[in-house]
Amino acid sequence: MSQQMTGAKMVVQALKEQGVEVVFGYPGGAVLPIYDEIFQQNEIRHILVRHEQGAAHAAEGYARATGKPGVVLVTSGPGATNAVTGITDALMDSIPLVVLSGQVPTFLIGNDAFQEADTVGITRPCTKHNWLVKDPNKLAETIHQAFHVATSGRPGPVLVDIPKDVQFATGTYLPPKKARTDHYAPRVKGDIEAITALVEMMETAERPVLYTGGGVINSGPGASQLLCELAEATGFPVTSTLMGLGAYPASGRNWIGMLGMHGTYEANMTMHDCDLMIAVGARFDDRITGRVNAFSPNSRKAHIDIDPSSINKVIRVDVPIVGDVGHVLEDLLKIWKSRGRKSNREGIESWWKRIAEWRAIDCLSFKPSKDTIKPQHALQRLEALTRDMDRYITTEVGQHQMWAAQFLGFDAPNRWMTSGGLGTMGYGLPASIGVQIAHPDALVINVAGEASWLMNMQEMGTAVQYRAPVKQFILNNERLGMVRQWQELLHGERYSHSWSEALPDFVKLAEAFGCKGIKCDHPDDLDEAIREMLAYDGPVIFDCLVEKHENCFPMIPSGNAHNQMILGEAETQGVIGQSGAVLV
Amino acid sequence: MSPLKIQQGSSKHSAYDLRDPYSEVLETHTLAVLVDNEPGVLARVIGLFSGRGYNIDSLTVAETDHQGHRSRITVVTTGTPQVIDQIKAQLGRIVPVHTVNDLTVEGPSVQRELALLKVTGKGDARIEALRLAEIFRANVVDSTLESFVFEMTGAPDKIDAFADLMRPLGLIEIARTGVAALARGV
Ligand SMILES: Cc1ncc(C[n+]2csc(CCOP(=O)(O)OP(=O)(O)O)c2C)c(N)n1
Ligand SMILES: [Mg+2]
Repeated sequence: MSQQMTGAKMVVQALKEQGVEVVFGYPGGAVLPIYDEIFQQNEIRHILVRHEQGAAHAAEGYARATGKPGVVLVTSGPGATNAVTGITDALMDSIPLVVLSGQVPTFLIGNDAFQEADTVGITRPCTKHNWLVKDPNKLAETIHQAFHVATSGRPGPVLVDIPKDVQFATGTYLPPKKARTDHYAPRVKGDIEAITALVEMMETAERPVLYTGGGVINSGPGASQLLCELAEATGFPVTSTLMGLGAYPASGRNWIGMLGMHGTYEANMTMHDCDLMIAVGARFDDRITGRVNAFSPNSRKAHIDIDPSSINKVIRVDVPIVGDVGHVLEDLLKIWKSRGRKSNREGIESWWKRIAEWRAIDCLSFKPSKDTIKPQHALQRLEALTRDMDRYITTEVGQHQMWAAQFLGFDAPNRWMTSGGLGTMGYGLPASIGVQIAHPDALVINVAGEASWLMNMQEMGTAVQYRAPVKQFILNNERLGMVRQWQELLHGERYSHSWSEALPDFVKLAEAFGCKGIKCDHPDDLDEAIREMLAYDGPVIFDCLVEKHENCFPMIPSGNAHNQMILGEAETQGVIGQSGAVLV
Repeated sequence: MSPLKIQQGSSKHSAYDLRDPYSEVLETHTLAVLVDNEPGVLARVIGLFSGRGYNIDSLTVAETDHQGHRSRITVVTTGTPQVIDQIKAQLGRIVPVHTVNDLTVEGPSVQRELALLKVTGKGDARIEALRLAEIFRANVVDSTLESFVFEMTGAPDKIDAFADLMRPLGLIEIARTGVAALARGV
């Protein structure tokens, strides 16, 4: 059974046996043997990015859109350090990535050799786990373990650092089945007693809410389905974090919108006033909770999470349930049904009446304009013209990201990829390419801000090379809009360095890259321009010139509670106090 | 990682634990962490403490199972009950960590530390140092006409007490191993 081969061949063999179809990478001296092996086969497709950060984000996009791990291949030194932002992004958002990096030969490690970096040292805090492989006989097993760790439990990025001499050396290949992975086996089944305790609370709750997050999506499409079933069966309202959008359909009856800093008024008020909060695969991030000591003061809280360290980290809960969302929801539904499908119908009915009152505030309304394109309006039109298509959305980071979350609706999981935890400008373009590589025939749109987009715009070359027809929908306000908004609210309207000066001509830029450029600056032309973008069979850079000073509302100002949202411009004076000002 | 053993004795899971989970009072806990003795494992543990702003009061580590390449890290840390629980959960998340045991809440344990203390002096002070050493069961492991090196093992507070007594008698240097600890009984 055991096969002798070079380390480089093992890498490719291991990837094949792990079912890898695509690798995002960039070559260099320390990975040449692996690239040589890639050259001599056709099963694994290699996508040549333009910067290693792009490789990591593209792999993230691929992973989020497929549920499979994304694979990255980079060279030593600068190749690895360039990937660090993408790896950190994946850690924060629990995205499974397997990063393979070349390293200087073992006998040069520690010598400050050319293109040497302490890659395992640098990536230790930003990976779930990493390995430096010094023995070719351990290489295949380590790669199999890497896939196991990246994809089990709470997913995340892992890195395998492979010195060049190990790639050349011959050793024994070990198939995936023989690799030892049993040591890492996070628990997936929740404690039945705890689940039963939660069911008991659900039966009597008057003002319940399901607060869902990215964990539902990571748990797989089955978990999203169970969530829908639970919501429909109990009548409980559902809100979601930025990361969880799509797990419960935006068109669903019980949907009350995203919660958090730029979430809907009704979602945040529901969280604040509920008597039972069921957190499902969400981690009480500071964008969600607002001021912690004023967070949902009168509720009992249950928390379903596969990561024990997420429980009681920020908010103390009454019923902790450690386990995989899908498994736990399945048991939860079973127990709830077996006890007679009880819920407090009357209580929930009047709860929905209150929610309807909050909803009537119409917190997402904005002042329309006849002669400038409002960014919200642009997204409403994009939504109207694409909602029924086989559509995937990525975003960059800033106001446009929040508006995209507010104004685009997602009816299925894995169709919305955004950088939530790290908030990485430059994520969206490469991520959109990764998504498009996974779904060549789908419509993939990156909703971008002009500043973020420029951070990894070189990846347009990748899109053109691989004919990935990604649509770059740039809401161009010629501002670092989100920064400008905070300076307005917090720093006396002193707009320190939040202009995007000397912006490129995006249409000419598109031409330079060999794709299509479209510019639109008037609301009357918008629909037609969007249609033109959608009709074009290839990558498009869409320069949508929008209102420059629009602020993103509603907003929970830093240091405030859920019930202290500001809804519009009139309420913005002095809303952030001293203690809030230090928060980001 | 192990399926984290936080049920046993941890402040939020033990029915016998009457500590207030909301308490802001700092507690000192001794944690025994069993890990694969692989490169970087100690850096992972230490990086966790520094990266997340937790305290390390003392830390000892050595391979305890040579065949199985397992090491036992004993770490003494201080924090509120909530922080202590976070530390245990975060440790449990590290892939090469097998088990995390909180010896402070999981029943009685023995805790010992080894210390070497160099005391210089002449005349009465020297005699007094020797007399106290005897009371504390410290051994003399090196001596010159003007100095002793005492070796003692004991609970950390015993070593503290001995060091306090030695200070006026000429204590000039001290080396301590940090705590090694085991649960009592089986
Ligand atoms: C890499 C990185 N650097 C800085 C920031 C801080 N930041 C957050 S939003 C933002 C402005 C984004 O501008 P743009 O992409 O034009 O989006 P807009 O807010 O205008 O929609 C900045 C600088 C960040 N999130 N990421
Ligand atoms: Mg902008």
